[in-house]
Amino acid sequence: MFLKLKPSFYLLFLPLALWMLLFLVLPYTRVFIQSFYTIDDFGVLQPALSFDSYKRFFTKELYYFTLFKTFGLSAVVTAIALIVSIPLAYYIAFKATKNKTLLYTLIILPLWVSYIVRAYAWKIILGEEGILNSFLQFIGFIDSPISALLYSDLAVVIGMVHIYTPFVLMPIYTSFEQIPTSLVEASKDLGANRFITFFKVVLPLSLPGIITGGTFAFVLSLGDFLAPNLLGGSNTLFISNIFQNMFGTSNDKPLGSAIGIVLLVVVLFVLDMSSRAEKRYSSLNSDRT
Amino acid sequence: MKKFDALNFMTGFLAFAVMFFIYFPMLIVVIYSFNADTVNSFPIKHFSLKWYGVLIQNKTLLTSLKISALIGIFGTAVALVIGTMGALAMHKHNFKLKRFFERIVLLPITLPGILTGIAMLSFFPLLGISISLTAVVIGHTTFLICLVLTQVYARFKRLDPYLEEAAADLGSTPWQTFWKVTLPNIKTAIIGASLLSFTLSLDEIPVTFFLIARDNTLPIEIYTMLRRGITPEVNAISTIIFIISLIALILSVKFGERETKII
Repeated sequence: MFLKLKPSFYLLFLPLALWMLLFLVLPYTRVFIQSFYTIDDFGVLQPALSFDSYKRFFTKELYYFTLFKTFGLSAVVTAIALIVSIPLAYYIAFKATKNKTLLYTLIILPLWVSYIVRAYAWKIILGEEGILNSFLQFIGFIDSPISALLYSDLAVVIGMVHIYTPFVLMPIYTSFEQIPTSLVEASKDLGANRFITFFKVVLPLSLPGIITGGTFAFVLSLGDFLAPNLLGGSNTLFISNIFQNMFGTSNDKPLGSAIGIVLLVVVLFVLDMSSRAEKRYSSLNSDRT
Repeated sequence: MKKFDALNFMTGFLAFAVMFFIYFPMLIVVIYSFNADTVNSFPIKHFSLKWYGVLIQNKTLLTSLKISALIGIFGTAVALVIGTMGALAMHKHNFKLKRFFERIVLLPITLPGILTGIAMLSFFPLLGISISLTAVVIGHTTFLICLVLTQVYARFKRLDPYLEEAAADLGSTPWQTFWKVTLPNIKTAIIGASLLSFTLSLDEIPVTFFLIARDNTLPIEIYTMLRRGITPEVNAISTIIFIISLIALILSVKFGERETKII
């Protein structure tokens, strides 16, 4: 085998290792260290070993409440994205015959379309003078525009579901595709109707894909600060918005870093749980290829 | 003739409804980019290309487009070299921290962008890199390297190891083997990774948001415009972005197909 020599390995690997150390590992380490620092009256960082920031985060209602609210809204986004994705993925995988490639391309296209464009679209649809309001007025359904559409939890949830659904669709579709048709046929031959076949054969076999998709939606929503900024008002704060503020207007880097570490731990925990669950459910049917 | 099937009909209907939900907002933006009015409301009274004209006059927006393209090209190029080299090293050698390293490079892809952005914001000044376009370029290149690395590494894992051994047995030098055997075999992965890298860089906000100083990238410029109040020019630029994304996707699907044909 070529490139057996050690020096060539270092030559290939060193740029990568150095880059990752300098621009990825050390920055994250810095946030960790910074979360134990304190600030003086002028907002200047003071090196210290203090748990004050963590204490403040878990005792002030606004902070921990926002964290819970973020969990809640992210869970809602995930649930809706899953409910919405499964029928479409099912249709493309099992029902569509002629236009399969076209349909598949159509569901991954939004992934290539700018995030900001998709968030913006909801802004002009849901705004007080927006398209939905003027449409409803035009058809005489309402007399005066509904102002609560945009800048609400609802708007953020709708926007996020729209933005993250393709991420959920992809893995679910892929896992539907991998189910051997013989299994589905066997189930029908043995007398199961389509409902039973779907819930007892198709769904369990595609669980890994469903878990992956759900994790995508949940983690992406947890860390999103732009959709709440653009579509949610001052009332719809996500934890990332507070995190962001600490490095901006509030200028409290230690507290910001502590929030960052909490968010990091939460996300890593979710990812770990999900990969465990995925392994568990795919090992149930590991004999299929 | 097939009998009417209520269940099939329901599935089809639901699928259509979801498809509509996904495309409706983008369709709205495209349609309203031809709206002559300043307000986006229903119904559209006059159609015109006016906002595309305004767009061409908008120097700041065009500059931001240029900045975004340059960052994307530079970041992708550096990421391709460092990422492919790294993937090759990891493919050929086993070392102690390999598993750990495989996890590290997944971080910028799996973790929320805001975390990576703030981490870089906190540390880059300590390296003497001020918050500027330089910082943005380094930030982008970092997650692009991870992207290229994971994509190319995945391809290496599927590669037939005997190919390279055969080349070596037939007397080719490591260098020749790389250019004549390995590279042609990972070519589609590299093209796919570059397209994806460039698109991601062009669209990136969370990391850029924290590292940018004065000169905005395109999505940040649009974001700033939105914060200032909706301007109909955003419809026009969004439509253009939509069309560019469409072309990029068609290209990538085309390459993807060619890939499966070889196998």
